[in-house]
Amino acid sequence: MPKSQRKTRLLSLAVLLTTLAACTDTAWNNPYPAEQTGENIYYSSFDERPKHLDPARSYSENEWAFISQIYEPPLQYHFLKRPYQLIPQSAVALPEVVAVDAQGTPLPAGADPQTAAFTDYIITVRPDLRYQPHPAFAHNAQGGWRYWPLDDATLSSVNTLNDFPERDTRLATPADFVYQIKRLAFGPNHSPIAGLMAEHIVGFRDFAKASGAAYRELKRETGEADPWLDLRQIDMAGVKVLDGHRYRIRIRGRYPQFIYWLAMNFFAPMPWEADRFYGQPGLAERNITLDWYPVGTGPYYLSENNPNLRMVLARNPHYHREHYPTEGMPGDREAGMLDDAGKTLPFIDRAVYSLEKEAIPRWNKFLQGYYDASGIASDSFDQAIQFGSGGEAGLTPAMRERGIKLNTAVETSIFYTGFNMADPVVGGYTEKARALRRAIAIAVDIEEYISVFTNDRAQAAQGPLPPGIYGYLDGAQGYNPYVYALTDGRPRRRGIAEAKALLAKAGYPNGRDPKTGAPLVLHYDTASAGPGSKAALDWYRKQFAKLGIELVIRATDYNRFQEKMLKGTAQIYTWGWNADYPDPENFLFLLYGPNGKVAYRGENASNYSNPAFDKLFPRMKNLPNGPERLAVIQRMVEIARRDGPWIWGFNPKAFSLHHAWYHNAKPHLMANNTLKYKRVDPQLRAEKRREWNHPVIWPVAVIALVLLISVAPAWIAFRRREREAAR
Amino acid sequence: MSAYVLRRLLYAIPILLGVNLLTFVLFFVVNSPDDMARMHLGGKRVTDAAIEQWKVDHGYALPLLFNAQAEGGDKLTETILYQKSLKLFQFQFGQSDSGRDIGYDISQRMWPSLAIAIPTLLVGLLVNITFALLLAFFRATYLDFWGVVICVTMMSISGLFYIIGGQYLVGKLLNLVPISGYDTGWASLKFLVLPVIVGVIGGIGAGTRWYRTLFLEEINKDYVRTARAKGLAEQWVLFGHVFKNALIPILTGVVVVLPLLFTGSLLTESFFGIPGLGSYTIDAINRQDFAIVRAMVFLGAVLYILGLILTDISYTLVDPRVRLE
Repeated sequence: MPKSQRKTRLLSLAVLLTTLAACTDTAWNNPYPAEQTGENIYYSSFDERPKHLDPARSYSENEWAFISQIYEPPLQYHFLKRPYQLIPQSAVALPEVVAVDAQGTPLPAGADPQTAAFTDYIITVRPDLRYQPHPAFAHNAQGGWRYWPLDDATLSSVNTLNDFPERDTRLATPADFVYQIKRLAFGPNHSPIAGLMAEHIVGFRDFAKASGAAYRELKRETGEADPWLDLRQIDMAGVKVLDGHRYRIRIRGRYPQFIYWLAMNFFAPMPWEADRFYGQPGLAERNITLDWYPVGTGPYYLSENNPNLRMVLARNPHYHREHYPTEGMPGDREAGMLDDAGKTLPFIDRAVYSLEKEAIPRWNKFLQGYYDASGIASDSFDQAIQFGSGGEAGLTPAMRERGIKLNTAVETSIFYTGFNMADPVVGGYTEKARALRRAIAIAVDIEEYISVFTNDRAQAAQGPLPPGIYGYLDGAQGYNPYVYALTDGRPRRRGIAEAKALLAKAGYPNGRDPKTGAPLVLHYDTASAGPGSKAALDWYRKQFAKLGIELVIRATDYNRFQEKMLKGTAQIYTWGWNADYPDPENFLFLLYGPNGKVAYRGENASNYSNPAFDKLFPRMKNLPNGPERLAVIQRMVEIARRDGPWIWGFNPKAFSLHHAWYHNAKPHLMANNTLKYKRVDPQLRAEKRREWNHPVIWPVAVIALVLLISVAPAWIAFRRREREAAR
Repeated sequence: MSAYVLRRLLYAIPILLGVNLLTFVLFFVVNSPDDMARMHLGGKRVTDAAIEQWKVDHGYALPLLFNAQAEGGDKLTETILYQKSLKLFQFQFGQSDSGRDIGYDISQRMWPSLAIAIPTLLVGLLVNITFALLLAFFRATYLDFWGVVICVTMMSISGLFYIIGGQYLVGKLLNLVPISGYDTGWASLKFLVLPVIVGVIGGIGAGTRWYRTLFLEEINKDYVRTARAKGLAEQWVLFGHVFKNALIPILTGVVVVLPLLFTGSLLTESFFGIPGLGSYTIDAINRQDFAIVRAMVFLGAVLYILGLILTDISYTLVDPRVRLE
C-alpha cells in the first residue's frame, strides 16, 4: 500500500472515531449497562461490606441502610414531621399500652401508672402484610415443601439464593413477630440487644436458657454443627399471640422508651420457614444464610447480594399499600416535599449500591452523574461548599451550575471528651476537682476544633443533649454557664484568665503543683494512633498548654483503649454516642451511675455517679414529654454541667448533596427506611449524563503523536548507526 | 528433578508450620478473643455474657496454646491453635468469624484479581523490556541519559499518584472509561483498561531500569562481540543473544510473582472498585477476623513457596547448564 494511501486511511479512521464519540448516545465512562439508561433506578454506593443482614444481629448504620428497606418493624418515624414522630408501619396502629398489676389485671382508670407491675404492648398486625417471593415458601405439586428437606442433587447445583428458581409468598402473622422476638433471645444468634431486652421483656431470660439447653441437646442428637431449632415449640412468658391479628409483649414495670425499639429492625416479623430453610445442612457452607439473604415484607427485597461489588434492591411485588405523607412541616410544601403527597409508595423500581471504598472516585462519579446523592469528604469540601458572610454554608458556583442541591442537618449525636470520675486527679466531686475540670473545659476551644478539623461541620455542645432531642434548648436558654457567658444575648466561651483562676482554685496556680513546683501532668488516652491523628492530638496538647498543663498522649490501638476504659485506667478520653431513638433517656443514661462502665459494664464511660442525678433519672425516664419532664431534664443537665464529667464537645452536622433529578431528599436522622419516599427523574438524569460525559479523544491522538515524534530521532539514529561502516 | 521438587515440598511443611504459629502468636498478641468478640458483636450494649457466648460458639473459649485443665494429649489439642490449624493443612479454610465460607470467597475473588494482574504483568513485561532494550541500544547517548532520568523520576512517584492521576485524566477529564467499577464477562473489559494502563505506566520506571542493567551487563560480553563481528544486525544481537542470556534474572523476578498474582493489589483494587482479593486480608485484620487472616497468610506462604520452586524449574528450561539434583 502506498504511504500516502496509508496516511489517508489512518486519518479517516481517526475522524471516524472522533465522529462516533461525538454521536454516541451512551457515555463511554458509564459504569452501568447501557440498557439501564432511562430506567427508574436509584444509584448509590457503600464503602464497607455489611457484616450482618439478619435483623436479630444487625446494629450498624451501614447494614440498616439495606435491611431497613426490606424488613418492617411494627412502627416507623413520620418522614416529614419534626420532632420525630412514631407512626405505624407493619402494625395497623400504634400499640395499645396497658399497665397491669402483678396478676396481669389492667390497672383501674385513674390509677398511678408508676404502680404497674407490668406494661403490656398490644400490637395489631396489618392484614395485608405479605413477604417477598422466597424459596422457603415454595411448595411442590403434592403440597409439600419444595426446598425442604434439600436433596443432594439440588444442593450440589446451588451457589446463591438465585439458584432456587421456585418462589412463593405468604401473609405475615403475629406469630412471625413473636418468632423474631424469640430469635433475639436465642443465644447462637448473638443479638446485641439480648442483654437489654432480658432486663425488660418478661420471660426473655428464661427462654434464652431453655432454648440454649434444647439447642445443645439437639446438636448432641443430630451431630450437626448448627441444626435448626424450632423456637415455636418453646414459650416465652411475656410474648404471646392473642388472635389472628394481634400479639402482646409484656415488659416489667414501666419502660416508656420501649416503643422506640418497636421501630427498629430487631422487631420485624420473621417467617419460621425461612429460618428452617437456611438451617439446612450444606447451605451455610455456600454462604446461603439468613444473615446474608434477608426475607422481609418491606417495599424492596435484595435481588443481588455481592458485597464485594454491588448490592441491588428490587421492588417487592407483594408490598402492601402505603402512601406518601400528606402533611409535613412549614416550608415542606415550598421545598417540594409534598409534591408527591398521597401517591403510592415506593417510587423507585430498583436501587443499585456499588462498592466504592475510596472517597475520590466516589466523588468524581457523583459529579459525572453516576451517583444520585453523595456526602462530602474533607478532600472535596472546598470544591463543593463555601461559607457566606454570616457563616451559613452554601454551594460553590460550580456545584450550582450543575443543579446540585445541598442539605444540612445537625445530627442527633455527640462527640465528647470525658474525664474518668474515678481518677484521683481529674475525677471526684469536690469543688477543687470541679474547678480543675471547668478550667480545662474553658481552655479546650471546641469552636476552634470545629473550624480546623471538621470544616465547620459541627456545633459546640452545651450539654449531653443534642438538637432534635426533647429537652434540648437553643441559644440563651440552653447554654452552659460554666463554660460560656452571655454576650449580646449570645453565649461566648469564657476567657483563658477565668480558666487560670479556676485552675488556681483547684490547687494548681499556673498549672503547677505548689508543693513540688512541677507542672501538672495529665494523660489523654486515645485509639487514634495513626499519622492522620497527629494534628488533632497536637491541638489537644496546645489547648492544655494554655493553662500550663502538660498533656501526655497515650495513643494505642482500639482493643487496648477499650481495655483501659473497662478497667478504668484511662484519665481523659474522647468518645461519641449516636442516638438509638429520639428520647433524652438515650443520652442521659450515658451519665447514669448504675450504668458505669467499670462497675456495671454499661455505657457511662466516665463512671459518673451523682446521687442527685441518679435519683432524677428514673423519674425522667418514666414521665411523658411535657413541662414536668422538661423541668426534670433541665435539673439533670444542670447537675451534669456543674460537675463537668465531660468537656461537652460537639454535635456534628451532616452535609449531603444530591442532583436535580433526585427528589424528596429531606434529611431524616432517625429513620433508615426512607428509600421508599425517594423519587428520581430518569430522563433528566440520562440527559445530564450525556451532557457531562462526552468522550474527548483528541488528547489521546496528541499523546500518540508526541510519542511518535519523540521516537523519531531514535529511529533515525538507529538507521544511521546500522548503515555506518565498522570502525 | 522430581526428587528435588519432592524434597522442596517436604521442606515447605516446617516452613508452613512456622508461618502458621507466627501468624497465630502475632495476631493474638494484638487481639484477645474478648477483643474479637467485642468487635464482632458491635460497639454498643455488649454484655460479658454475650462475649462468652460468642467465644464458645466460635471456638475461642479454649486456651490459646496449652490447656492445663485437659488430660494427656488433649493439653495440646484442646487449644485454639490446634483446633484452628488442623484443617488448614488440608486446605479447608472453614468459615470466617462472621460466618462466610472462606474457600468460596477466595474462589470468587481471585478471578477479578487475576483479570488485572495477568494483563498488567504481560503488557508491563513487554513494555519494560522494549524500553530497556532501546536504552541499552542507545547506551551512553543523550537518549539513554534522559531515559534513565525519566525512569528514576517515574520510580520516585507514588503509585497512588498514578492511580488518582489516571482516574482524573482518563476517567474524568477525557471521559473515556469508567473511573471505577467492575462487571462480569466481556463487560469487565472497559473497567480493566484503566487499571491495567495505570499498572503498566506505574511499573515502567523500576522495570525498565532493572532490565536495562541486566542487558548492559550482557551487552559487553565476548559472545555479543562475536555476534557483531560475524555481521549480525544490532536488533538481532539484542533480541537473539542479549535478551536470551538475560532471561535468567528476568525469570527470577517474574516466575516468583506468578502465584502471588492471585492475591491481588490492595491500592489498585480499592481505588478501581475491583472485587478482588487485594483488600481481603487487610479488611480481615481491621475486622479482627482471625479465620481469614490465618487462611490468607497460609495461602500466601504456600503460593510463595510454589513460586520459588517454579523459578528453580524455569532455570533448567532457559539455561541447560542448570541441573536440579
